[in-house]
Amino acid sequence: MRVTEHPILGPLSPVETVTIYFDGQPICAQEGEPIAAALLNAGVHAFRTTAKRKEPRGIFCAIGRCTDCMMIVDGVPNTRTCITPVRDGMNVQTQHGLAAFGQEENK
Amino acid sequence: MKQVTADVVVIGAGSAGLCAAYQAAHAGADVLVIDENHLPGGQLFKQIHKFFGSRVHYAGTRGYQIGQQLLERVQDSGAKVWLDTLVYGMAHDKTLGVIHQGTHYTVQAQKVIVATGAKENYMAFPGSTLPGVMGAGAAQTMVNIHRVLPGQRVVMLGSGNVGLIVSYQLMQAGADVIALVEGAPKIGGYAVHAAKIRRAGVPIYVGHTITQVLGTNHVEQVEIAAVDAQFTPVPGTEQRLEADTVCLAVGLNPMTELLWMAGCEFCYIPAFGGHVPLHNWDMETTIQGLYVAGDVTGVEEASSAMEEGNMAGIAAAQALGLLDVCDAESRKAEIAARLDVLRSGLFGVRRRTAKQQQLNAMDVSMGGASHNG
Amino acid sequence: MDKNKQDLHKEYFNLGVAFTGVPSQDELAHCPGVPTEMRMQHGRVACIECVQQIPCNPCEGLCKFGAITIGEEITNLPKLHEDNCVGCGLCVAGCPGLAITILDRSYSKREATIDFPFEYLPLPAVGAWVDAVNRAGEVVCKGRILRVLKPESYQGTAVICMAIPQEYLNEVRSMKRLPKQDRRE
Repeated sequence: MRVTEHPILGPLSPVETVTIYFDGQPICAQEGEPIAAALLNAGVHAFRTTAKRKEPRGIFCAIGRCTDCMMIVDGVPNTRTCITPVRDGMNVQTQHGLAAFGQEENK
Repeated sequence: MKQVTADVVVIGAGSAGLCAAYQAAHAGADVLVIDENHLPGGQLFKQIHKFFGSRVHYAGTRGYQIGQQLLERVQDSGAKVWLDTLVYGMAHDKTLGVIHQGTHYTVQAQKVIVATGAKENYMAFPGSTLPGVMGAGAAQTMVNIHRVLPGQRVVMLGSGNVGLIVSYQLMQAGADVIALVEGAPKIGGYAVHAAKIRRAGVPIYVGHTITQVLGTNHVEQVEIAAVDAQFTPVPGTEQRLEADTVCLAVGLNPMTELLWMAGCEFCYIPAFGGHVPLHNWDMETTIQGLYVAGDVTGVEEASSAMEEGNMAGIAAAQALGLLDVCDAESRKAEIAARLDVLRSGLFGVRRRTAKQQQLNAMDVSMGGASHNG
Repeated sequence: MDKNKQDLHKEYFNLGVAFTGVPSQDELAHCPGVPTEMRMQHGRVACIECVQQIPCNPCEGLCKFGAITIGEEITNLPKLHEDNCVGCGLCVAGCPGLAITILDRSYSKREATIDFPFEYLPLPAVGAWVDAVNRAGEVVCKGRILRVLKPESYQGTAVICMAIPQEYLNEVRSMKRLPKQDRRE
């Protein structure tokens, strides 16, 4: 959920919106924000599943340290979505296990 | 591979790094600041509360406004800032491996100041890996920087200042904090922060812990229980809370990787969050010309980080011969006095003892003699 | 246990602010920032509920009347010189700990007023009736909003003046946050 009004920071300043695709579904994002913020705002919390136990993972540190939020972004796996800014038309996919480069999906 | 040189390279553009960069550049050094992030300021821009400390400095000013002021000072000082830039390694001779705009560089500087900060600790319990369980700092980043609420009903674990302040900030952004849980019998952070969230109706459960988080793909319920003196949950005291988010505010640890690579000597100080580099009053490590400042030297808070940054920047400039010795020494003495004040009182004394232990270990390591390097 | 007994029980077992986040009656009684009952009856006066030594001193500098002193050692507790205080409220907005209120028993025979800092949205409207809460966030009575100040110099903190029944002045310290659906201004 977007924090549009804030008692200290004031109203959210208007910025350009872009569209990214999460597993094919269009999601509205604010230009310049990290992918993880756009997904959280859209109510997406599970970003990937683990290799062995197939458990879901979401954001943990949000500063690019923990790698819990890795996804396949424009075909590049293991992309830290908390520090990668959105781009119009970006293709963001749930990563299952250790995805390989150049694959559309992990098989 | 391209090569770049500078008098001083500062790694990290947060509270400590910006102060260090300003001091060195202001003294006339050719300074390059490198930060991995898209925006400078480190954690300062996430701090929307008014700072404590002495009004002679920044007390009463909100953190993000302090960040803005520091940034403007650095920009005016002539220091060069490389953002979105990764320092992936440091050799024993302080040569840095850097990726900037997709290009590899080796960066060499006479003085290197490492101000890489700290990262959040994790705590494991059943369900702690579920989406919706995150660091308190992560939640703070999401609401105050990206303006996205990670959830509506939050359980906070840890009552240090981070746990207390982030609870408050989540409510300011429109969430409800339904419980703050603390394993110790006492609240860890400042009473005034705790009082703020109590007035807002947040129950604080001291002597409690999270025993498990339940949910299929996301946090749905949080089970808390009282703990005994050994921090073991007491059977029969469990209660379940409906929540969608759990924030962990269970401490931080210094990000010392580059310093280990460079061969710095360390000591282990739990009060500072783990292994911390040895350094002297000038903030210089066991490697000549390699300085440290801020949370990487031991987790404290933003005001001490800024003062350590000032210290390192002035000391580096002095070592480069850019400052009059008397002037530099008197300014360093003033900073040391301010650090002393910041490490005083009920809450500061533990950090003061820890810092003394670290400085003593440096003395022992150096044998009172000159640096190796 | 009925409600009153429960409250007494809680108060009796409040070991202090470091355990509960709520200052105990004992801590408040020994706090150098709390004004006397007599001074409150004379009119607006600051009540500084700062009972724990932390390095912080902006309040001392904010007071133009020398009514708050801390001294060289910035971990000292702020001391209120109640006869110097004019109740201007600058300290209420400036205290980073939001620990200061302005109390006034001279408002009317039946009502007293409290000025308290408030950093949430939405802000209440002047004239609105709100839930007044105590130090533990529990609703103790209704309050009527008399003023809402949020000038730029307060740096985002609003200071709200609220009238409450005289008998609750020593208990009430804030108001309950207003529900989100009212959050559109």
